[in-house]
Amino acid sequence: MAHGPAKGFTRWLYTTNHKDIGSMYLWFSFAMFLLGGVFALVIRAELFEPGLQIVEPELFNQMTTMHGLVMVFGAVMPAFVGLANWMIPMMIGAPDMALPRMNNWSFWILPFAFAMMTSTLFMEGGAPNFGWTFYAPLSTTYAPPSVTFFIFAVHIMGASSIMGAINIIATIMNMRAPGMTYMKMPLFVWTWFITAYLLIAVMPVLAGVVTMMLFDIHFGTSFFDAAGGGDPVLFQHVFWFFGHPEVYIMILPAFGIVSAIIPTFARKPLFGYSSMVYATASIAFLSFVVWAHHMFTVGMPLAGELAFMYMTMLIAVPTGVKVFNWVTTMFRGSMTFETPMLFSVAFVILFTIGGFSGLMLAIAPADFQYHDTYFVVAHFHYVLVPGAIFSITAGVYYWLPKWCGNMYNETMGKTHFWLAFIGLNLTFFPMHFAGLSGMPRRIPDYNMMFADWNMVSSVGAFLFGAAQIMFLFNVIATIRGGQKATDEVWENPEGLEWTVASPAPYHTFSKPPQVD
Amino acid sequence: MLYQARSLLSRLLAACFLAAFSTQSMAEEEVERWGLNMTEGVTTVSRDIFGLHMNILWWCVGIGVVVFGVMFYTMLAHRKSKGAKAENFHESTTLEIIWTIIPFVILIIMAIPATTTLKQIYDTDEADMDVVITGYQWKWKYEYLGQDVSFFSLLSTPVAEIQNQQKKNPNYLLEVDEPLVIPINKKVRFLITANDVIHSWWVPDLAVKKDAIPGFMNAAWTRVEEPGIYRGQCAELCGKDHGFMPIVVKAVPQEEYDQWITERREMAAKLKAMANQTFTFDELYAKGEQVYNTVCAACHQPNGEGIPPTFPAIKGSPIATGPLAEHMDIVINGSRTNPAMAAFGDQISEVDLAAVVTFQRNAFGNNMGDTVQPIDVLKAKQQ
Repeated sequence: MAHGPAKGFTRWLYTTNHKDIGSMYLWFSFAMFLLGGVFALVIRAELFEPGLQIVEPELFNQMTTMHGLVMVFGAVMPAFVGLANWMIPMMIGAPDMALPRMNNWSFWILPFAFAMMTSTLFMEGGAPNFGWTFYAPLSTTYAPPSVTFFIFAVHIMGASSIMGAINIIATIMNMRAPGMTYMKMPLFVWTWFITAYLLIAVMPVLAGVVTMMLFDIHFGTSFFDAAGGGDPVLFQHVFWFFGHPEVYIMILPAFGIVSAIIPTFARKPLFGYSSMVYATASIAFLSFVVWAHHMFTVGMPLAGELAFMYMTMLIAVPTGVKVFNWVTTMFRGSMTFETPMLFSVAFVILFTIGGFSGLMLAIAPADFQYHDTYFVVAHFHYVLVPGAIFSITAGVYYWLPKWCGNMYNETMGKTHFWLAFIGLNLTFFPMHFAGLSGMPRRIPDYNMMFADWNMVSSVGAFLFGAAQIMFLFNVIATIRGGQKATDEVWENPEGLEWTVASPAPYHTFSKPPQVD
Repeated sequence: MLYQARSLLSRLLAACFLAAFSTQSMAEEEVERWGLNMTEGVTTVSRDIFGLHMNILWWCVGIGVVVFGVMFYTMLAHRKSKGAKAENFHESTTLEIIWTIIPFVILIIMAIPATTTLKQIYDTDEADMDVVITGYQWKWKYEYLGQDVSFFSLLSTPVAEIQNQQKKNPNYLLEVDEPLVIPINKKVRFLITANDVIHSWWVPDLAVKKDAIPGFMNAAWTRVEEPGIYRGQCAELCGKDHGFMPIVVKAVPQEEYDQWITERREMAAKLKAMANQTFTFDELYAKGEQVYNTVCAACHQPNGEGIPPTFPAIKGSPIATGPLAEHMDIVINGSRTNPAMAAFGDQISEVDLAAVVTFQRNAFGNNMGDTVQPIDVLKAKQQ
């Protein structure tokens, strides 16, 4: 133990310690989760009943846009990077990340990116109002002036993600403890390894597409303007070439987290480890060849439509393999249901439901009826909220005792789970019905035939939001004190992270452990 | 930014969930509520799509019952509290192969009918008639190809209903001033494009949803089997009033359609002739007010104060109180600096243009005192 953390604010500003940086990522992500949640609650409050009550359509559009951007880039992605920072070195027996200074930088540029993006809310003409998918020309020729700040904010977020990904790949490839072969790595490390490659492949594409927007807006080019020889649909192709791998970036690490938690609480090793690794790799590969399923209604030729439909349906196969493996891991185990396990079981069930609606959306002719309705909103919230958010929450409850040395309050954890579980299903399940009955997404007002389901959704949303305050309270209380956790924390959990003391010392594995 | 003085919190707390919806259900019994499923629609294609939808839904339900069934069984039976001892099996290549192949086979079974339906949807050949549909912020234009008939279709729901000052009618936000009229049992081809941003033309009962993309022309078709009124909405976010540009299709028997199209043609001819007439200030002002409220008010607001900076005020604006030629130019040709201001020269008639410019120059305290005649608009257009 060479030295401990520095004191005061500079500890956090100058730190190159993976644990400090991991904590900062997680706190930042939670702050963004609350901010994005507030935007969501403004949306749900306006949609509580028909008519315009609380916000005008313009502000409504800004809310949907900012909600999406903040949740995707501010809440989910940094949370996974935070978990990666904390856990990957400890899981592979490394003393720290491979590139600690870059690690510091990739975190510290994020608050500036989001400060810039959030500040657009107070600019003349308002914040970006063109949806988180920012389709041109609504986001170029017809955009508010703040779009330029949005573009630069996206550039910074992209740089942060790319650096984070490089760091994770460099760490995994170079810093594994002796004996820790690739096929012995915990699944969380594997899924992040693959995710990092996805990030490096697609974040530059996102940077490219926003740069093309910047040129269209300020330098007279016409990439996305038909009047100048461009094509608005080109925007969508480039965007979704980024966007589809992006949705797997937000779910693959989640697969890793539940693959760590379920075996611990089933007291049985993960079923089909190698098939889990291959399934993750297949999903990642397929994610590059399905992007146009987001664009079935743009008027692609029949051959293109069919190719993207078949490829998309194919994703169900490796995803199914994962679900079957999790269920078989539980089968004939000896199960207990502590908070991390509750969130993980809910993950498996609700993510599967999101997978089912995904399969339905893959059927191109049916998609003509589903596309851009609340059915789609229901689908991607089912894969993102019980998918990404629940897995992150499960991961925090699972590893929190290791991080701070204290057990969290189990009763409060379980209450948080049940409130969140009921809230989320009340919010998002009725959206399937609203969508199928014909309610388009991104509208501030609607006919009375959609009123009842929307009211249920709004009530659920406030319940879900309130549950998160309980989560915050529980985490703070655990950090400040509570029953001491053992080094193993759980009953015979697998993994190197449980071999170090609780709380994990500031520096772990200064000497690499031997893995057999 | 608060829309009304009522605050978000007090609203949600005050309107107790159950109380609120029981009063609503009494007030609006006309509307079908708690809708659960996709419409079967009124065309062969829409019924095929509904069939595909139900088919895949049942497959998902079946798979769900099996997977969740095993899961719940194991969660109940294999608990530590019930003394379950964990086994140690963790690999089976046979199982992995089985649960790779079975879903794959199910997918093929689902892909076959989907492919057939998709081919049918894409077969836009041999249409009996064509309608060009153009999306504008925030209205639709229908042009009957080769018929000299074209018109705009705008939301007709009164602002008072949207702002909760008046009881909402059953077709709230799903009603327009001029519906698209088509004959039944005829293959109608829609050629879909847009004038500004991307829109999407969607009528659930026809199962037609196609993006309207500026600079490009998409094709779709329908053959409606039952006379009726079918309602839909713009499906692609297109800016501020995306939620306020509905679509109404009226399918009628052939004879009724023929009669309607003849009337529309005559009306169009009459309108053209009116461009040579001279109107009094009062006539123009009254007509202009009406045009303003349907065409301009969405952006410039009914009180003429606009929503700056994107939608500037008309009240006291340098254009409406400046030189007439410049005012006519921006209305006819659009703004060169602000794309939100479209070119209305081709969108509304000369009479309406003359009337609305007259109105804007004299309403909201602008009091310029000038009158614009349709002939002035024609002259301005030729320049």
